[in-house]
Amino acid sequence: MKYLDEFRDKTLAEPLLAELQRAVTKPFRVMEVCGTHTMSIFRSGMRSLLPEGLDLVSGPGCPVCVTSASHIDAIIAMAQMENTRIALFGDLFRVPGSENRSLANASSQGAHVDIVYSAMDSLELARKYPDDLIIFLGVGFETTTPGIAATIMAAHNQQIDNFAVFSTHKVMPPPLIALLDDPELQIDGLLCPGHVSAIIGASAFQPLVDKYNLSCVVGGFEPSDILQALILLARQIAKGEPKIENAYTRVVSWESNARATKMVEEIFEPADMEWRGLGMIPASGLTIRDKYAHFDVTKRLDIKLKPAKEPKGCRCGEILKGKEQPTACPLFGKRCTPANPIGPCMVSSEGTCAAFYKYGE
Amino acid sequence: MKTDKCVLLDHGSGGIASQELISQLFLKYLDDPILGSLEDSAVLPNQPGKIAFSTDSYVVDPLFFPGGNIGTLAVHGTINDLAMRGARPLCLSLGLILEEGFPLQDLEQIIISIADCCKSANVPVVTGDTKVVPRGKCDKIFINTSGIGFVPDDVSVSSTMAKEGDSILLSGSMGDHGITIMTRRAGISLEGNLASDSAALHELVALLLDKLPAGSLHTLRDPTRGGVATSLNEIAEASNLTAEITEQDIPVHKEVRAACEIMGLDPLYLANEGKCLLLVDPQYAKQALQLMQSTDVGKEAAIIGTLTAGKGGRVVLRTGIGGSRVISPLHGEPLPRIC
Repeated sequence: MKYLDEFRDKTLAEPLLAELQRAVTKPFRVMEVCGTHTMSIFRSGMRSLLPEGLDLVSGPGCPVCVTSASHIDAIIAMAQMENTRIALFGDLFRVPGSENRSLANASSQGAHVDIVYSAMDSLELARKYPDDLIIFLGVGFETTTPGIAATIMAAHNQQIDNFAVFSTHKVMPPPLIALLDDPELQIDGLLCPGHVSAIIGASAFQPLVDKYNLSCVVGGFEPSDILQALILLARQIAKGEPKIENAYTRVVSWESNARATKMVEEIFEPADMEWRGLGMIPASGLTIRDKYAHFDVTKRLDIKLKPAKEPKGCRCGEILKGKEQPTACPLFGKRCTPANPIGPCMVSSEGTCAAFYKYGE
Repeated sequence: MKTDKCVLLDHGSGGIASQELISQLFLKYLDDPILGSLEDSAVLPNQPGKIAFSTDSYVVDPLFFPGGNIGTLAVHGTINDLAMRGARPLCLSLGLILEEGFPLQDLEQIIISIADCCKSANVPVVTGDTKVVPRGKCDKIFINTSGIGFVPDDVSVSSTMAKEGDSILLSGSMGDHGITIMTRRAGISLEGNLASDSAALHELVALLLDKLPAGSLHTLRDPTRGGVATSLNEIAEASNLTAEITEQDIPVHKEVRAACEIMGLDPLYLANEGKCLLLVDPQYAKQALQLMQSTDVGKEAAIIGTLTAGKGGRVVLRTGIGGSRVISPLHGEPLPRIC
């Protein structure tokens, strides 16, 4: 396939790997922020080819993984109410909340749960089931939020009454700042998320360069894109000149996408948000503005989040912070597997534990 | 039979309505003399060799999809299960569980497909049963087929026969059935020609057993649910060897790859309904490949890897960029990703 095959082929990858080998002149540590990067690195078998001295750690960029147990508990409670249907993206289906209960369990006990491929599909559900309230689970970073904002706008314009969103939307730079303030986390560079950057612009990472002297390179998701980004990071780190570079120019600009940003700002406003593993982070999430309160399920059904305990022994928090590898978790591969996940990092196709388990590290 | 009608509870009662359904629909299309005798069981002529016996149930949703329907799967699936042990399929049973209210027109279309598949495979339905359950107690139609086949005495094909050094072949492109069903289920309409690969493989297997030197075809497996990844893991497990496959050698139609990209799925884990994995003595791998490529169902066959002495029960993929990774068996249903 055009624009994919050439980025997954030896013809490009081999010289890039050789160049990366030359560029790595001292040991350094890079965090890949986005779960899609993590998965691509594993899927392409890149880890078996990377030069010694280059240490990759996964960050908090898997939207499913960072959804807190208290949010999942609230979702399950909504699913079990009379006349509700939950519409969601597939990989949330098996994420456990507290007491290891997931939407998959709720569904098996009769809750109506529909996996959709686009938020807009939930408006179809609303038309199909006029007596039910369709609750779309708004999960994700800047990449997914514009589509959900557009869906709320469409519901508003079309006066679709039986549709609401449970917003756990999160925004990108704040959790990285929370992580970088932690002295235990030693990283030299960030592989910045390509698709999030397509919305917020590469310039959004400038505060991280200024405050933490961190090398930042925006990278695409194909193996050759990632290799190119790693070469730029290695060169920056070797020179000791941290800055932002964009290795994904076919998609990402320096400035933000004005149209998408405007759409999101029309519907949502910043809010404090609880992250799994990272706790409450100020202004790291998005809530629906009062003007569109009718589409905010927390207001419509008076949903209150209750504190929820993380599963006992689960190390997802430390793994999401990039402090530990999944193999350090006592549950990994024993009690916690993709078929019977205990922590969220094992559920999502983008989760670090799932990647380690699936691809055998 | 009037086709604007639907299945009634009476159709499963064993009374007049049942008899009408049998005579006006089932026997009209499934015209086998043993079935037509309407005895309580089919008595079959003895055959030389060992008996192979297999059963499978079909509950696919949607019932109709490009490339086939639940009826074609019910025939091909059981024929293929028999063929994967080197058996020559002899006959099938057909059990139907129908939901009250199921349109007779749809039932007729499914029975016609079953009859067509049986005819072209030369494997008749020789015994059958129909039950009707009240509305909501099953989803439209469930089908069970069982099959009997005979394995020639000198043929021994099984996962445990796989040997170090064996070449791994795949009889064609992977993922066509799985992605066709998943995109239909999701209501995603994609341009291109996504279609199920539903097909019977017993003639391909018979050709290979006939032309290849005796004992050179070690293992056959049809990678249905769980896909090529899961079947290879089962072979690696049973043989206590490592299956090494090369990403770029595995045939995948470009429509399937594109749909997988969109939905975040891996074709290695998607179901196939007309493909088989073969483990062949490496000396005869090319011959096996050419034989397969000479048939319609095997024209896109490829050699995709080798069984090696490495860690037992493991599947390793050589990736496009020259790296390697482990391929685990499927865990749970494949779910589309968030972004």
